[in-house]
Amino acid sequence: MKKIWPILVVDDEDVMSESMAAWLREDGYRVDTALSGQQALELAKAMNYAICFVDLKMPGGMDGIETMMELRRIRPEASIIIITAYATVDTAIQAMKEGAQEYIVKPCHPQEISMLVSRILKLKKLQSENVILRKKISRQYRHRDIITKNTRMEEILSLTKDIASLRSTVLICSESGTGKELIARAIHYSGARAEKPFVSVSCAALTETLLESELFGYEKGSFTGAEGQTKGKFELADGGTVFLDEIGDISPKLQADLLRVLQERRFYRVGGTDEVSIDVRVIAATNKNLAEEVKAGRFRDDLYYRLNVIEIRIPPLRERREDIPLLVEHFVERIASELGKDISSISAGALKTLIDYDWPGNVRELENVIERAIVTSHNGTLVEADFAWLNQRNHPDQNWVVPDIPLAELERKAIIAVLERKGGNVREAAASLGIDRSTLYDKLKRYDISH
Amino acid sequence: MKTVCLVAIGAVPEQVLEWVESAATEWCPWPVRRLPGRSLPEGAFDAKRGQYQSVEIMKAVASCRPEDAERILGVTEVDLAIPTLTFVYGQAQLDGPAAVISLCRLRQEFYGLPADESLLHERVTKEVLHELGHTFGLTHCAETKCAMSLATHIGLVDNKEERYCARCGRQLVKKFTSPDGESL
Repeated sequence: MKKIWPILVVDDEDVMSESMAAWLREDGYRVDTALSGQQALELAKAMNYAICFVDLKMPGGMDGIETMMELRRIRPEASIIIITAYATVDTAIQAMKEGAQEYIVKPCHPQEISMLVSRILKLKKLQSENVILRKKISRQYRHRDIITKNTRMEEILSLTKDIASLRSTVLICSESGTGKELIARAIHYSGARAEKPFVSVSCAALTETLLESELFGYEKGSFTGAEGQTKGKFELADGGTVFLDEIGDISPKLQADLLRVLQERRFYRVGGTDEVSIDVRVIAATNKNLAEEVKAGRFRDDLYYRLNVIEIRIPPLRERREDIPLLVEHFVERIASELGKDISSISAGALKTLIDYDWPGNVRELENVIERAIVTSHNGTLVEADFAWLNQRNHPDQNWVVPDIPLAELERKAIIAVLERKGGNVREAAASLGIDRSTLYDKLKRYDISH
Repeated sequence: MKTVCLVAIGAVPEQVLEWVESAATEWCPWPVRRLPGRSLPEGAFDAKRGQYQSVEIMKAVASCRPEDAERILGVTEVDLAIPTLTFVYGQAQLDGPAAVISLCRLRQEFYGLPADESLLHERVTKEVLHELGHTFGLTHCAETKCAMSLATHIGLVDNKEERYCARCGRQLVKKFTSPDGESL
């Protein structure tokens, strides 16, 4: 529903305030009138006016400026427009100094009022949307929203807090779906840059030229379709953080450009001749082994060292299985409420299926699996049957290609995999492998597996 | 029997009153009746501005409303203004019985152009629809072709069509047919 903005008109002349109110009411606003400053303050205490029109000259009692100052004290967010019949620069300057947003000289053209009011309200709408969005974002990315009881993850979270207020570049390395962007946002929103933008760019999604203009912006006419000067992500994030995802995929040319930005904090827009200076923190992420990429000559070593000032490695979900029950509980609660489904719990059997699964797609895959189960489930509790398809997908007998390696190596890999899945519990791993605990110990020793 | 009344404030050409009557008849559910003309109220003229105070003219219009008149629409040739604005094409009591329209700025002659009868007819119809709409509780419409859209210069009046948009039209009909409102 359309928001009806409340407006107050303060004027000691009845005909003046009523005619103005009638005009604004026709525009669909809720308008109150006050014949004195005192009356205006009483009304403002009870109603959060978006705009107050205040006549400058009000004989006896409070004048316009006094009324305005008091209104600003009671309702600091209200925009004050001073109405004056005397178009002297002095009064206008004084009014603006005391905090009036605008002033109008009566009589003014109807278009002036309509445009003024709609311009102020447009701004207010944007401001309130901005406040709501910022609240939503910081709520979403507070540290405590990263759910874990895994020691390594807790170490990472404590590190992100420690580094939040630094400008040092951060490199986040981990498999897909482990929450690289979530960690990057947690760093941004808990530091001094939280009020400034967090701008995310997926480097793998764009071609070299597109990515270049996306990052650095471009000048009018620098290529076909470049119709006006456009700011790039680095400029948009000024004062804040740029998150460069899939950094391992950028071309050698962009690697060189990026290195220059990191070194000098300056760059040129595509087709531009003026240097642009920025204050941006860079957080890069990759699911590739960048050190290997450097060795293979596909990634510049100088850029790698620039990026890798602080390195964060997020463990894959299969290495933090103790987090699965917590994450499941969180996703069930959130997704069920989003989908309007009355599902609040999960059976022990179903949970075990989820804990035993290997999660190659990590937390993102877990979230998708829960969503699918909630969509298809007709009970108040998610049961094993809701995840049956997952086991079929994960069954080792299906689509399992036996690698061409010595049998002993195969055995070694099988033991490591089962041990990982069982969280290092030798008794459970031995049971899964169908061997004695002592036999398993022998094999661990023989294959030099630490657990 | 409920009616809508028309009243000329000061001298108004018969032709224009016929246009106003026909526009009101087309959009209102009640018979339209013409009242004898009234002279311009004394004290309504603002000599400093050379214009008439719209609020005073409105008062004069409202004061001659017969009991059976659901709405009363005044028509005047003089240029209207309110204290804060340099002019208004018309004024209405939002969701109230009285409204007034001024022909002054609807005439091409005001802008130094030759008179244009058919253009004046169109503009008068649009203004009648607009002010009557306000008396039935309609506020300004974002649809620029709708008679209820806000016009702050004559170009915007000409851009409108001589009808309400679907949403405003529906709202009007609802008003006419609501049990506690004005039933047909």
